[in-house]
Amino acid sequence: MNKTQPALEVKGLTMDFGGLRALDHIDLEVRQGEIVALIGPNGAGKTTFFNCITGIYEPTKGDMIIHPRGKEPVRLNRLKPNIVTEHGLARTFQNIRLFQKMTVLENVMVARHCRTKSGIAGAIFRTPKTRKEEAEMVEFSYGLLEKVGLAQYVNELAHELPYGAQRRLEIARAMATEPFLLLLDEPAAGMNPKETNELDKLITKLQVEDKLAILLIEHDMKLVMSISNRIYVMDYGSMIAQGTPHEIAENPNVIKAYLGEAFDA
Amino acid sequence: MDYFLELFLGGLTRGSIYALIALGYTMVYGIIELINFAHGEVYMIGAFTALIVASVLSLMGMSGFSLLILAGLIAVIYASAYGYTIEKVAYKPLRQAPRLSPLISAIGMSIFLQNYVLLSQTSDFLSFPALIEEFEFMEPVSHIMRSSELVIVLTTAVVTALLTLFIKFSRIGKAMRATAQDKTMAMLLGVNVNRVISVTFIIGSGLAAVGGVLISSHIGQINFYIGFIAGIKAFTAAVLGGIGSIPGAVLGGLVLGWTESFATGYVSSDYEDVFAFGLLVFILIFRPAGILGRTTSEKV
Repeated sequence: MNKTQPALEVKGLTMDFGGLRALDHIDLEVRQGEIVALIGPNGAGKTTFFNCITGIYEPTKGDMIIHPRGKEPVRLNRLKPNIVTEHGLARTFQNIRLFQKMTVLENVMVARHCRTKSGIAGAIFRTPKTRKEEAEMVEFSYGLLEKVGLAQYVNELAHELPYGAQRRLEIARAMATEPFLLLLDEPAAGMNPKETNELDKLITKLQVEDKLAILLIEHDMKLVMSISNRIYVMDYGSMIAQGTPHEIAENPNVIKAYLGEAFDA
Repeated sequence: MDYFLELFLGGLTRGSIYALIALGYTMVYGIIELINFAHGEVYMIGAFTALIVASVLSLMGMSGFSLLILAGLIAVIYASAYGYTIEKVAYKPLRQAPRLSPLISAIGMSIFLQNYVLLSQTSDFLSFPALIEEFEFMEPVSHIMRSSELVIVLTTAVVTALLTLFIKFSRIGKAMRATAQDKTMAMLLGVNVNRVISVTFIIGSGLAAVGGVLISSHIGQINFYIGFIAGIKAFTAAVLGGIGSIPGAVLGGLVLGWTESFATGYVSSDYEDVFAFGLLVFILIFRPAGILGRTTSEKV
């Protein structure tokens, strides 16, 4: 895999809500197998950006293109969320959105929906093909849960899990759609330092073992600085800086956006 | 004692039919939070289809059990096609609209279908053939339970059990539960939500048609208006049990059936509806979410 190949290209993305410009000509690129962080103060438009890419919002202007590995590039504009997912892009939300009344295993199995086929007829008559597919689904889902360290919880209801485990389940569920690009919206929100540390390892593992490209929104600067290859910074719907973690830490624009203007004495 | 038993079994039969129709209301509500007021009409169309098919087939010399199965099957397919089409025409274009709009659209669809059947068929009551024959082994108990009642109760039990298994274990069943809980998230995990909604309408309509065929055969007559009354009653049953809940719909149906049956038997048939809806008011005062419904606070 060539690390200079793009995984996601966004050009001039603009999103207006009535008279409010939430995103203003955003350019962003994530390369194959790269971890990119998107940071910025609250209300900067980071989640809106995710919503545009995943088909929840239809952007006013701009292009969004993904490059699935070994396939033709796909333009995401106007695609429905489930089609975007089929093309290999998965995401999590900043608040936990598990299917609370379903078991841990079922949560992951739902995400296999778009990678499996059996229909109503198969379900009613329990054809051998359906049974084989179901067995594979369980095995695959179980494997994923093992990978994120949730194997002991398979048959518990999602809402009974400890907080950190729920977060990891969300990632496992997103992984079940077999993405090549994963969007994580504040994965460390509300986590204690130990849980954040485990998350750091998990994300790095996804990059190394699954060769995933990862774009994450995060406020935990320690996490961002330690795992990101590159960082983009947004403020008031515009991209104000990009670069390596080191460059960003010293960028005066970024410091100003986060801490406000310094007084000249 | 025999009289009590007769009322009990009569209520069970009635309640089973309410349950079959209530399942359609509750499933649709669970997925898209819409009261599908045209659902009763689908039940009525199922009964009409079975009547037409059964008349034609019996002219061709068919009778007995095979006639019931074939007429029932065609009615189910036909009603499912109606359910599917109703959703595509009347509700899907309003998916993003305020909640009141699809509700009005549902009422419109209900009135349209009633009048469509009125104009294309007749306003008179038509006699419906007894498709369910009397079994010999039911002879000794025939004074308290007819064979058709037995068939209705058993069919409802089997169909409900199958539906429960389908929703619990099948791939589409899981997608249905996921869609009911969080539509956007389900979509983002690759679930084709439109397809899941269509499947829900198809299954719900099929169940209503099963109910329509069985009860028409039991009662022996139908007209274009039966769907409205059965629909209101089944909707009451769904709310009574806790709308959105599948066991709730069945329980609500049975409770309503028994209430009506006992009220008719011990008080007067004039007060049947008074007791039915009085019960609804009573339950909603003390358990606003229904018997099995859970009160959930709206997430922001």
